[in-house]
Amino acid sequence: MAERSLAQDDDRAAVVVFAALGDSTRLALIRRLGDGRSHPIAQLANDLPQTRQAITRHLAVLEQAGIVTGEHVGREHRYQLRPDGLRTGRDYLDRAASQWDDALDRLRHFLDDDPTDRGDTQ
Amino acid sequence: MTAMTDRIERTVELRASIERVWRAITDHREFGEWFEVDLDGPFAAGEVSTGRITTKGYEGAPWRVQVTSMDEPNVLAFTWHPYDVDPGVDLSDEQTTLVEFRLEANGTGTRLTITESGFDGLADPRRLEAFRSNNEGWSIQTDNIRRYVDG
Repeated sequence: MAERSLAQDDDRAAVVVFAALGDSTRLALIRRLGDGRSHPIAQLANDLPQTRQAITRHLAVLEQAGIVTGEHVGREHRYQLRPDGLRTGRDYLDRAASQWDDALDRLRHFLDDDPTDRGDTQ
Repeated sequence: MTAMTDRIERTVELRASIERVWRAITDHREFGEWFEVDLDGPFAAGEVSTGRITTKGYEGAPWRVQVTSMDEPNVLAFTWHPYDVDPGVDLSDEQTTLVEFRLEANGTGTRLTITESGFDGLADPRRLEAFRSNNEGWSIQTDNIRRYVDG
């Protein structure tokens, strides 16, 4: 029973995230936050057809879903993506590292298989 | 960010002599064999090296690096845009990472250390890529939900 309610919690959390993403304005906001930096609302709302109040509501929805975090800096309200809200840069680094591992394996085989470097050349 | 997220470092001990490893790394044909890239010409310090990746699944992806130093037989270094990124994205204005091959004679063999550093400067494309792949997953999931809800 405990398992069942955990699964239901997961489902509920997923529904919140998907609902938050199912809106073109909110996807546009995520794209603007895609540089990982924190931006004031005014800058995020720039060029979007909605009012600043509407943008503020959209950002609140994203914040509740755990996709962005907001903070007050002086009189400004700024938002940024949560590093764990989207896949983190760590995955990227891991993939680049495994590509180097593969390349070094190939270099080792290349040198081991090299006929010009066998004993008969010594 | 910390150094942990900014660099990759790998060290391998190779049986071949330092001269032999130096050739495998700096002769553009030998480099191309094991790195899996078809290079247009020899490496030269200060010059751009161009070619095409031959790795299965990535065939034809452009290779373009700026060779920053060639110090025989110890150091080869170049800057590039890591080849893991989406080839459809123009990254020419984005920051590069620095790749360094350092060779040390170790007995009759060679210790080779490869470092790639500067990943912190790649925040933008890295995040955009993360966003794109997640976005794709999300649209599949939202389609699933829609089908489920619509019955």
